[in-house]
Amino acid sequence: MIEVIDLHKSLNGVQVLKGINFKVEKGEILALMGKSGHGKSVLLKHIVGILKPDRGNILIDGEDIGTSRGTALERLRSKLGYLFQGGALFDSINVFENVAFPLREKTSLPKEKIREKVLQELEQVGLPGVENKYPAELSGGMKKRVALARCLCTDPEIMLFDEPTTGLDTVTARSINNLIKETHDRIKFTGVMITHDINQVLSIVQKVAVLDAGTIEFTGTPQEIQATTDPIVRQFFNNNA
Amino acid sequence: MFLGTAIVYTFIPPLKIRRVIKQISFIGVQSSLIVILTGAFTGMVLTLQSYYAMSKFGAEALLGPAVALSLIRELGPVTSALMVTGRAGSALAAEIGIMRISEQIDAIEVMALNPYRYLIVPNLLAGIISFPLMASIFNVVGIYGGYLVGVQLLGVSEGGYFGEMITFINMEEIRIGLYKSLSFGLIVTWICCYKGFYTTYGAAGVSKATTEAVVTSSILILVWDYFLTSVLF
Repeated sequence: MIEVIDLHKSLNGVQVLKGINFKVEKGEILALMGKSGHGKSVLLKHIVGILKPDRGNILIDGEDIGTSRGTALERLRSKLGYLFQGGALFDSINVFENVAFPLREKTSLPKEKIREKVLQELEQVGLPGVENKYPAELSGGMKKRVALARCLCTDPEIMLFDEPTTGLDTVTARSINNLIKETHDRIKFTGVMITHDINQVLSIVQKVAVLDAGTIEFTGTPQEIQATTDPIVRQFFNNNA
Repeated sequence: MFLGTAIVYTFIPPLKIRRVIKQISFIGVQSSLIVILTGAFTGMVLTLQSYYAMSKFGAEALLGPAVALSLIRELGPVTSALMVTGRAGSALAAEIGIMRISEQIDAIEVMALNPYRYLIVPNLLAGIISFPLMASIFNVVGIYGGYLVGVQLLGVSEGGYFGEMITFINMEEIRIGLYKSLSFGLIVTWICCYKGFYTTYGAAGVSKATTEAVVTSSILILVWDYFLTSVLF
């Protein structure tokens, strides 16, 4: 479970987050929407503890990741998977090494098991046979799939997606969304997904939150957001900002 | 703080041995050619200049020890460190800087792993190991370059060149050169890793970090060299 309580953050003198509150129950996925530059990625980076809040709390299964340090922070992060907007694949090693990296470093699995698991994850994200390629040789969509495979191979309890389909063509975007849905159906992770593509994720998520100018403007179910007349929320349906 | 954290993680297992070896290859082995070239020409020109000066008061017989002392105590550690900084230090800062702006360092952190253990500690250790080795290669090649010019070209006796060298060079001289190289290895990798690690966003940020890494490292090499020489003299 993720609970964000009264989160405030300023960066370079600009107040980016002005008292954020929301809760994602175990097994739920929350779609986080908002205009570019309104603090969505900053919020996600607080949930993984990369950024520390000026004020407020971020509770992961009841423990505050914002104040955790050392082994407590590592323990909380071990529950998390984070799909970065650009994939954040290690460009000096190939796809196999990228996906195997967390398994080698965080588990004591033997080499054969790691190989088996990596190939299985790549198969699941629809990329069999790319294990020897380097990230620079992959398209944007393939990079995101490999990054997803890297996140999923450690079976995280909580998944955070930073615009998993931004910049991709409609077909690839749909296949990545389907992949996220299939994975959620399979392992029932708790998730937060930043997206601009509200129409495509309504069938995946259980909750939607709209972030506007550093505050949460709306929180509700996909049905509630579709029914709302709030002009700030409606613009995401009309324009996909 | 940055260096202190890295030193602490050096002594907390597990040490990433493979990564250390890879970085020794990158910082040291791949810098060998440039170090050999600069070592050879430094030794040759040093011999020419020393011969010119020494012949004015009839001390050509001491050409060997003069060249060797200059190289071992001063030119070897300093020049090789400057060359390795230009070749490997800049690349190190750029590589870590690109990892920072492309969120690869964040990815390591999110995996509940420590970026110091994976990126900084191996480079510091590789620097401490590689710099003295590069200085040693520089010294040997420089002394041989001096031999070619002094003995083969200028006619100084071979026995005199090497014989007097053995008389005047003792372990103390080699130890001074070694201390310098070790400290340069630490300084350069520290500065270059630090600048890369705290790169600001964008290509301009990486470019700025790389330039600052090389300039700061080079200046610190010279300042620290003076300080160490005055202490160890």
